[in-house]
Amino acid sequence: MRKGPVSSGSEPSGQRDANLKIAIVDESAVRAAILEDGLREAGFTQVTRIEETRNLLARIYALDPEVILIGLESPSRDTLEQLFQMSRVVKRPVAMFVDQSDRASIQAAMDAGVSAYIVDGLRKDRVTTILDLCISRFNAFSRLQNELDQAKGALEERKLIDRAKAIMMKARGLSEDEAYALMRKTAMNQHKKIAEIAQVVITAAELLG
Amino acid sequence: MTNARLRIGYIPLVDAAALLVAADCGFAQEEGFEIELMREVSWSNVRDKLNLGLFDAAHMLSPLVIASSLGLGHVRVPIITPFNLALNGNAITISPQLHAALSEHTAGDLADPNISARALAQVVADRKARGIEPLTFGMTFPFSNHNYQLRFWMAAGGVDPDEDVRLVVLPPPYMVESLASGHVDGFCVGAPWNLVAVEAGVGHILHLGYEVMARVSEKVLAMRERWANDNPALCAALIRALARAADMIGNPEHRTTVADVIARHIDVTPDLVARVLAGTLLLSPNGPTRNNPSHIIIGGQSATRPDPVQAAWFYTQLVRWGQAPLSDEMQAKAIAAFRSDLFDAALGTLPAAGNTPADHVGAFAGPEFEPNHIQKYLDFWTNRRSGPRLSVVR
Repeated sequence: MRKGPVSSGSEPSGQRDANLKIAIVDESAVRAAILEDGLREAGFTQVTRIEETRNLLARIYALDPEVILIGLESPSRDTLEQLFQMSRVVKRPVAMFVDQSDRASIQAAMDAGVSAYIVDGLRKDRVTTILDLCISRFNAFSRLQNELDQAKGALEERKLIDRAKAIMMKARGLSEDEAYALMRKTAMNQHKKIAEIAQVVITAAELLG
Repeated sequence: MTNARLRIGYIPLVDAAALLVAADCGFAQEEGFEIELMREVSWSNVRDKLNLGLFDAAHMLSPLVIASSLGLGHVRVPIITPFNLALNGNAITISPQLHAALSEHTAGDLADPNISARALAQVVADRKARGIEPLTFGMTFPFSNHNYQLRFWMAAGGVDPDEDVRLVVLPPPYMVESLASGHVDGFCVGAPWNLVAVEAGVGHILHLGYEVMARVSEKVLAMRERWANDNPALCAALIRALARAADMIGNPEHRTTVADVIARHIDVTPDLVARVLAGTLLLSPNGPTRNNPSHIIIGGQSATRPDPVQAAWFYTQLVRWGQAPLSDEMQAKAIAAFRSDLFDAALGTLPAAGNTPADHVGAFAGPEFEPNHIQKYLDFWTNRRSGPRLSVVR
């Protein structure tokens, strides 16, 4: 199906893989950067990030990549599906990195939130490294994102507790330590989190003026 | 099966209504199961997650079920549908500039798709003669009515959709912006996006889907054949819950309630949803309003039962546009994917009602569709194409 020879078919495989043209389509600039770094560390030199999805197919044609990686939360994945079509606009056919035997790998990729497309005719074992790396970086990014969310949550809780402490210090003439100790004791008695008690204190103060 | 929890994928569109209402208005619970709605952003995701078993069922483009059942694509998992979620609902919307150009090239009424398609051919020829870039049209997926309705309309006027214009897949939420920015000159998409374009002042609705094809399955509930075989009672319960939800949606008395439920899931105003369901559509900024309940049809026996003739119609579109070869074996597989038997088993056979066109599709041009003579039907279009091309006649 593919027109023209494989551009670097005569080179040794290590060299050849380093020159594989890889496009990353991801609306998360940070994650795309993390993935690009990973690919470069692994020796792939031809990595391009496409963050702007307008005119996506034209950009893909101009780049003519052999591997395309796309985040599942991008609606533009449907645009890439046009690459499978036999239409005149498609320069060379592309296939998703999956067949019947790859169920486990596509499941892992889906779980990680990424999908990979390769040019038809490219041997799959040549892109296994790329997909594995992609899956692990996407998973690492999700973990980072969760940690960040947790850290943000913790910061919010600390702010609530500080505000509640100030209210109690003023209203009841307590020291900071005493105010905190009282909230902690109440939280333990009621089987709640200190932040929840702090929220109650703040709400009550707002209601009571 | 008590308390079974089904994960069902959907794309936020009005035609997912039966699924959304079944989940939220108690129809699923009455049948002894729960629906966990899984919102998705692309048909590729919906298809892949259904194939992999991450979803038990999914809101899906009707032609995509046929394509999957034929193994066109990647993971070859037999997919079937026992329930039709919606008929019709699409529209072709074009930029004010293209609308003006079409008006210049015809003295006739552009509301007639025969006239608009011939005007389009003239505009296409004119641009070619003047060395202007071909027109670009957006649609939502290679295996979709949006793709086939655009192609059918253009080809009827003598435009070759593969040679004379560019067709690009665009996610529906990007359509309006793409039209406003001039990235596309027109698009075919489902509700609510055509109305959004008109209300934003950047588009004219040229044709409502039913003007191109009077009655065509738009979205179905898709599932793995294996899942349907392994869970017959649950599958029947799901069909019953969806049928009752669809009937509630089809009943104008409940419009306010269902519009609220649907709007909540697809992030538009209940008012807009209610207008789509009623078929009351503003066609252009400050322009006329069209009122036709055929715009989108949800509910009723004849609208919810999968129609094997329409499965054959979709297969014919796949063949016509080079997406599949023509063979008896493939045609049989395509037809077998529309499981009216499962529908009948769950609900009992009722007499078909509704104004179904004689050939079950009612396209505005060409001969009547005959599912047993697909080659003959396709020959009509091939012969027309090899005749004098309208697009080069000025």
